Amino acid sequence: MREIYIRPSWLVIVLILLTIIIFAFDYSAEPLKYEDARKSSQMAPEEQTTDLAQFPNSDENQKCFQCHGQSKYTYENTEQGRMVNQQMYTELIISPNDFYISNHRSFKCIDCHSEEYENFPHEGILRMEYKYSCLDCHEGDENYAQYHFEEIDAEFQESVHSEKHSDDFTCWMCHDPHTYKINARTNENIKETVIYDNTICLDCHSDFRRFQLLTDRERPNLIKSHDWLPNQELHISSVRCIECHTEKISDSVLVKHKVLPKAMAVRNCKECHSTNPELLASLYKYEAQEVRSHDGIFRGITTSDSVVIGASRNQTLNIISLLLFAGVIFGIAIHAFLRIIKK
Amino acid sequence: MAQERLYLYPIWLRFWHFVNAVLCLILIVTGISMQLSDPSVALVNFNTAVAIHNITGIILTINYLIFFIGNLFAYNGSQYQMQFRGLMNRLMTQAKYYAFGIFKGETPPFPITLENKFNPLQRFSYVFIMYLFVPVVFISGWALLYPQTIPTTILGTSGLHLTDLFHIISGFIISIFMLVHIYFCTIGKNPGANFKSIINGYHEPH
Repeated sequence: MREIYIRPSWLVIVLILLTIIIFAFDYSAEPLKYEDARKSSQMAPEEQTTDLAQFPNSDENQKCFQCHGQSKYTYENTEQGRMVNQQMYTELIISPNDFYISNHRSFKCIDCHSEEYENFPHEGILRMEYKYSCLDCHEGDENYAQYHFEEIDAEFQESVHSEKHSDDFTCWMCHDPHTYKINARTNENIKETVIYDNTICLDCHSDFRRFQLLTDRERPNLIKSHDWLPNQELHISSVRCIECHTEKISDSVLVKHKVLPKAMAVRNCKECHSTNPELLASLYKYEAQEVRSHDGIFRGITTSDSVVIGASRNQTLNIISLLLFAGVIFGIAIHAFLRIIKK
Repeated sequence: MAQERLYLYPIWLRFWHFVNAVLCLILIVTGISMQLSDPSVALVNFNTAVAIHNITGIILTINYLIFFIGNLFAYNGSQYQMQFRGLMNRLMTQAKYYAFGIFKGETPPFPITLENKFNPLQRFSYVFIMYLFVPVVFISGWALLYPQTIPTTILGTSGLHLTDLFHIISGFIISIFMLVHIYFCTIGKNPGANFKSIINGYHEPH
């Protein structure tokens, strides 16, 4: 019978080819750019609300959305006796789809806005209407105690946003009450949470139109100012801006709100790539607990969306590797000992 | 009858082996330092460890080409070819020798010759380390060097996580191999003989 020899070089060639095939056939590996991140945070079409009947106030709200839910509106010019098409100011457009998946979807528009808005044209004085902030409704409310609104507000008051921009900077700047939906607690997909949260920052910091509302500073160039960051695109699509740009004050607040001045942002790799990183205490806190409790330890090893070198630990793998290491050392010691005494 | 010294390790192989050994040690130390990085007790500072690990990994890959191409063309390559028939028996015979025979002063079941410088266990483990785990470690290492090229999901799980798992598990296996390899090198004419051999190229028979 002919002897079969295996040439191990083939193994390496097969491995390299396999890697090329796996890598080449994935088209989702394109890194997320700032602009892409902004776009992908928009709802996917299949998520869009089509059946508005399930919302108790949708009929009433439709009166507002027929103008404010789209980019143009039509009204009758009674003076001239003709219908006029007019462009709606971008700032005044509220997407019904976004509204009806937001936290405030069960509200009537006039729950927060003056009933006078039911008349058209709207009175000019209505422009001066008071805009409610989060605490106006949520402060001291037992039903919302788990969100710690008061602590969030205290953190925010110490943030650079509040200190630099005084009363101009309200909760609304980041959390538009028409479209805001809770995310970090409910979304099991870390990437989506990162995109959602980072979009909040990018809405001003990469959109000069909004940015200049609050400051006369020149247009920021985020890519340039983050040049020092290795694998910049991967970091930005995997980690929230706030991980490095905020300071944790309280453990009970899930999303840190004390945004620091630029100079105080984290630049030290070890803050995240270490045994007790900030990331595990914030961004990955919920994910780690969820994966372990739902899927068990083994799934926990293989299914995490994230890997943070120096921080991604798996106790099971750690224990297995330590046991193997100790076993090998022990085996070598016994073998060496026996060799010496049997000499 | 006194056996003659055998010239088993040509100069290119010794060069590759020496460089590989040094690089592996550096990679293991910096790798452990990154994996278990702790701001208070850093084996090597994280940023420094990353830089050293990356550069060393790149050199290791280039060095691997010497080994791979050398073995494609030089006679040394045939030492890594495995024969399926009787493989299990040969492995067991060698394992029994290491487990029992060696303590009774028995002669090794597969004496070292020019044609067969590795015993079956060595051949088996060297093939798996050099042609499976080292390639896996440097392929996954290069992928981690350019993480944006890694598919977002592979087989339904995070591509980055899977690549990292392959990298650290292979790295761990190579580290364990290195420990065992160094220990088994003390089994020679005398504990230091095999270390001399890999420096001067000549194997001293027992």
